[in-house]
Amino acid sequence: MRVWESFFGQKFGITERDLERYLGEALSSGGDYADLYFEYLLTSSISMDESIIKGATQGVSVGVGVRVVAGERTGYAYSDDLSSERILKAARVASCIAGGPSKVESFGLEPVSIHDLYRVIPAPAEMDLAERAALVVRADRAARAYDSRVFQVQVSYADSLRYVMVASSDHAVSFDRQPMARMNVAVLAREAEGSPQRGYLGGGGRVSLDFFLKDRTPEYFAREAARQAIVQLDAVPAPAGETVVVLGPGWPGILLHEAVGHGLEADFNRKGVSAFSNRIGQQVASSLCTVVDDGAIANRRGSLNVDDEGVATHRTVLIENGVLRGYLQDKLSSRLLKMPVTGNGRRESYQHIPMPRMTNTFMLAGESDPGEIVRSVPKGVYCVNFGGGQVDITSGNFVFSASESYLIEDGQLTRPLRDATLIGNGPEALRYVSMVGNDLKLDEGIGVCGKEGQSVPVGVGIPTIKIDRMTVGGTA
Amino acid sequence: MSCQELARDIVRRALEAGATDAECTISEGDEFSASVRMRELENLKEAGARGAGVRVMVGKRTGSAYTSDLTEAGLRQMVASAIELARITSEDPFAGLPEAEEFGSAGGDLRIFHDDVGELETGFKIEQAKAAESAALEFDPRITTSEGATFDSHIGGRWFANSRGFSGGYRTSSCSLSVIPVAKDGDAMERDYWFSAARSYARLERPEDIGREAARRTLRRLGARKVPTRKVPVVFEPRVARSLIDHLFEAVNGEAIYRKASFLTDKLAERIASGRLTMIDDGTMPGGFGTSPFDDEGVPSRRTVVIEGGVLASYLLNCYTARKLGLKTTGNASRGITGNASVGHGNLYAEPGSQAPEAIIASVRNGFYVTELMGFGVNIVTGDYSRGAVGLWIENGELAYPVHEVTISSTLGEMLRGVEAVGSDLEFRGSTAAPTILIGEMTVSGH
Repeated sequence: MRVWESFFGQKFGITERDLERYLGEALSSGGDYADLYFEYLLTSSISMDESIIKGATQGVSVGVGVRVVAGERTGYAYSDDLSSERILKAARVASCIAGGPSKVESFGLEPVSIHDLYRVIPAPAEMDLAERAALVVRADRAARAYDSRVFQVQVSYADSLRYVMVASSDHAVSFDRQPMARMNVAVLAREAEGSPQRGYLGGGGRVSLDFFLKDRTPEYFAREAARQAIVQLDAVPAPAGETVVVLGPGWPGILLHEAVGHGLEADFNRKGVSAFSNRIGQQVASSLCTVVDDGAIANRRGSLNVDDEGVATHRTVLIENGVLRGYLQDKLSSRLLKMPVTGNGRRESYQHIPMPRMTNTFMLAGESDPGEIVRSVPKGVYCVNFGGGQVDITSGNFVFSASESYLIEDGQLTRPLRDATLIGNGPEALRYVSMVGNDLKLDEGIGVCGKEGQSVPVGVGIPTIKIDRMTVGGTA
Repeated sequence: MSCQELARDIVRRALEAGATDAECTISEGDEFSASVRMRELENLKEAGARGAGVRVMVGKRTGSAYTSDLTEAGLRQMVASAIELARITSEDPFAGLPEAEEFGSAGGDLRIFHDDVGELETGFKIEQAKAAESAALEFDPRITTSEGATFDSHIGGRWFANSRGFSGGYRTSSCSLSVIPVAKDGDAMERDYWFSAARSYARLERPEDIGREAARRTLRRLGARKVPTRKVPVVFEPRVARSLIDHLFEAVNGEAIYRKASFLTDKLAERIASGRLTMIDDGTMPGGFGTSPFDDEGVPSRRTVVIEGGVLASYLLNCYTARKLGLKTTGNASRGITGNASVGHGNLYAEPGSQAPEAIIASVRNGFYVTELMGFGVNIVTGDYSRGAVGLWIENGELAYPVHEVTISSTLGEMLRGVEAVGSDLEFRGSTAAPTILIGEMTVSGH
């Protein structure tokens, strides 16, 4: 595709010549590199509460970010107006970071070859609104029908369609059309006299509306959320202190995101402030563990055809058989570290400076039977669902909060447990992994990762694993 | 056309397009950020953006839309989109704008906009960040590196108009300076941070003081250990006590109350906390980050006592949640530029007590002084509380050694009843604040 054929060429009349002029202005005070990130974002959301569709919102946001890099310095400016005057002004503001003689060459922009991971036409955002509204109505009914103890149901559906064009002074231009859709169901249940308990499930990805009609229906999300709330009605306080922890497959992969993922982002390692800094080649996990980040899986929430710096995504091995192999790179860190780019340069929007971020982070399957893993535990905790997590990348300490977990007694799951936070240390926690299941599963597609004030969609995954030692923050 | 006129114009367009009621919000902001690392400039960002949002009622149905494209075509599309969306929503008998007599503006000089923030030169702001980071780096040889120091400033404006005759707007300014030093001792590496934030540059703490405080906080974490699992008194220093106020806000938020999704549902006028705890929401405190002349529905900001001597005195409500609960709005409507209003808070804080923080620590024989909390392990429905914690162990009334990789757990209900002391050290660094708080007993999980 050439620039004039692209979304921005067609809708805003932007030409290759314009992009070259803007990049030229951005490097008018020197600098090593400049890029332009054009974004056009359409969003829709529909929410239901008390069986009433109380709100529906649509919006449009347009803008361009201009970045200039000089050594380790970055200058950034943006405009919510795509007129030449405003973009040139933003380019001049960003250019101030360099403070040297102009570095304008003839550019010439070659389209980058990228993946085709989510050719969703039409995207959910382009479908009839009534069809999308029907999804939340179905979910509400199914959750209420699941059990008479369900008394509150909140359902939301949201989608977006993002058009992106990245042009950079290293002669590359890329185009992407990024659809996204998700549903969330939150349920409260209670016994006649007891206090309420909650259940929650969300999911989606870079999918068509058909995904919610065939693969993961509103009823699926609703029943699962209701089931969790009902299970929690019998929950007892979780144990306090160190114990054996078994993580179920899928969303518990958030452990990897917190324990190792963030600590392997190249910016922290370049600056020497990560607990994983200077540890490539060292054993940081049990030899059963191989962890990868893969932005190139079809239709996944964390996937991208091309990252937000115009680099095609791919699979990066972070830990191989327990040995630390690599970092997640953006252009700036890869240049300063003299390591290859990995397609992990991401940003929340045109208003944000890109940095190394995860895409879909997961552990490869092992050989153990998941049932056998649970049976091997005399006393411990089995965790299936989690809320959020957080890490201090410098000390390596991380937490993640179990929202559905069970006591394991003599190899059997016995009582459901109340919410409890698990805590560990990144470079140590995975050393205690003693069994890895053959049941790798990726999450339902609901993850949002926050870093330095920027949120981006991500995915996680993990097979059932057994961790011989981890601290559980219960009260019992 | 000014933003205020534009807001009224958008309301007019919505009514012409078939809305029976409409409200518009326009927001604009200019942001600046300069960060330095290891005494060199690292990032410089400067830009502005604005957007408009509209919410329409067609009878008892509502639809919303927003746009960053304020051209004729953009506005036309936004209004059409909101009207179209109102057709797919359901009738909600409780939906609607406030009554005309509820609109107004809190009086007095709120001091939320100061010219000095916009007048600061770029070079000066960079020097401030450098000075703060240098003070941290020079404080102790064990401060070996840094994640940098950042000077941020923001100037914003918000304008509202609705079809019941309300029209108003205000501008805000803010600036902040933060430092994140990293300390090393042998193999152990720790980071911490400190910051100052204010609506006027004149109120910002000195860069050197911020840098040194950040360094002190980082150094005191070196050599942290895990402690055995046990039940002990827990002291929350102000920086983390503030998070308890955030959780309490969620629990008294009218949205959680009408859905029965809070452990404080149906507890109005009941004793829910120790008599030492009084919590106030004040949207009119001069210079506050939670201060505004009116809320996002046009109802005047005010002071509301939420917990008085341990008794739950009021929920925090917007018009919708007030109607649902058969109560009056407390002027706590909050919204982005579009969508239905949610509930927010003004300056929400625990009233200070008389004890100095040192005296509170000295009163604990064996306990945990918490300086940082991690994760999201708080369930507002049940009150279950379990979070990762970092801090210092208290032995015989003195801070003895650093502790990490532990969790603290209890329930918010028990924690509220267990408040044994509230310190005199209240200060605001954001829109929520609390002094030092001592809770009689929590479970600390370690090894």
